[in-house]
Amino acid sequence: MDQLLNDFSPGLFFMQAIILFILIVLMRKFAWKPILESLDSREEGIKSALDAAEEAKKELQNLQSDNERILNEARAQRDAILKDARELKENMIAEATTEAKTASDKIVAQAKSTIEGEKKAALAELKNSVADLSVEIAEKVVRQELSSNKKQLELVESMLADVAVN
Amino acid sequence: MKVFQTTLRIAVAMLLLTTATLRANSGETPHEAQGNLIDTKEEINDYIKHHLQDAHDFVFYTSGTTGTHYGFPLPVILWDGGLKVFMSSKFHHGASVAAVGDNYYAVDHGKIYKTDAEGTITYDEHHHATNAKPLDFSITKNVVGMLLAGLLMLLGFSALARGYKKGPIPTGLARVLEPLVIYVRDDIARPNIGEKKYRKFMGFLLTVFFFIWILNLLGLTPLGFNVTGNIAVTVCLALFTFFIVQFSANKDYWKHIFWMPGVPVPMKIILMPIEILGMLTKPFSLLIRLFANITAGHFVVMSLIALMIILKTAFGPIASTGMSLVLALFISVIEILVAFLQAFIFTMLSSLFIGMAVQEHDHH
Repeated sequence: MDQLLNDFSPGLFFMQAIILFILIVLMRKFAWKPILESLDSREEGIKSALDAAEEAKKELQNLQSDNERILNEARAQRDAILKDARELKENMIAEATTEAKTASDKIVAQAKSTIEGEKKAALAELKNSVADLSVEIAEKVVRQELSSNKKQLELVESMLADVAVN
Repeated sequence: MKVFQTTLRIAVAMLLLTTATLRANSGETPHEAQGNLIDTKEEINDYIKHHLQDAHDFVFYTSGTTGTHYGFPLPVILWDGGLKVFMSSKFHHGASVAAVGDNYYAVDHGKIYKTDAEGTITYDEHHHATNAKPLDFSITKNVVGMLLAGLLMLLGFSALARGYKKGPIPTGLARVLEPLVIYVRDDIARPNIGEKKYRKFMGFLLTVFFFIWILNLLGLTPLGFNVTGNIAVTVCLALFTFFIVQFSANKDYWKHIFWMPGVPVPMKIILMPIEILGMLTKPFSLLIRLFANITAGHFVVMSLIALMIILKTAFGPIASTGMSLVLALFISVIEILVAFLQAFIFTMLSSLFIGMAVQEHDHH
């Protein structure tokens, strides 16, 4: 200890303190600060690059799932459209059928009524014709029958017989 | 320490060649001449101690035969009733007295003392010089080491910082430095201080970590630095941590020191001095740990190298050289690990202490 104290040089201590202080100041300014900043920025860069890669990977996955979703949606939409079209077609066919049926029914009914009318008219005409004809015939027959007195008498007699019976 | 290794290797080579010279030299009194080879236990011990101390000049190699020092002087800056600036070459490696104006200065065991014209240094009973010590702000070997470490850090890390302007991935040397910065941030600061607050202390923690590590490693090079093994340096480092902890501490920290919550009042009174002591022992343990580890490391490596000379008489030159080489290499490798480990521990504990001071206590 005694030897140590004797060896201690205050001048060297002073020089060392000054040199160390100046060295710390200089090294901080010219070396440590730029070095540590560069290291930090580089590490930051590496970190952000890794993060970006991770982000890109996630985005890709999102994109893939998005694609799948869109594809599924499109498929569903297509199916819906097809279904709608089919329904529309069926409806249209059904409607057309009913419409055609009603139209035809109407036509048939009209025809029927026309035929009925015609028939009635024809029958009425026929009836008139038959009546005229029968009157004419009866006239002719009567003329022929009653051409003799005898026959006239016979008729009166038969008629009287009928009345007598009644 | 490698300076010593090189010196000794060359010295051994010379010893082997000129045994006669060695015999002649070792017979003389060891303290007498500077130029003598270092070959006795006392001389080796002195040499190691000399290395562990700070120095006012840079000596790479000392010729054992001529005593010439190869290196360069460093500026001496003294405050002694005025600023005195001169080159350390005036001391002639401690051999002569430097006259500056009317004052005379001499070096003894790495320290500058004020002396008379003859350079007389008086000692007390502990063999410590009693002469007046002027305040010594010299650019010593340790200061050069610190400046070198600081320069290396500034160059290396500002290059790394500039590299990020070109692109996020560093190239070249920056590729080595970047993981170290990330290591300090993610394994030292973040877990100990907490995610929210660590950023504020990164400047200090990173600087201290690399400062200590580079200086520890410089200590293992043949340049012969022993900066982190100097008590003044570790005291300064620990004081920085201490003040940062105290100034960034929140209310909870002070409450835990002066009036521990959740214990009876007598316990609070007993705990107060213990906690205050703990506040001071934390930085103290930091400074002693770093100082002791690095000093011990240098001492062990140098001593193992010195085995080459000490065991030469017992085992012969080849066996002693081989043994010391293997052992010194082994310890040097461990020292490389220790260099990192001590920088890590200092930074780790600093951030732990800071973390304890700034953490939120939500359980009270």
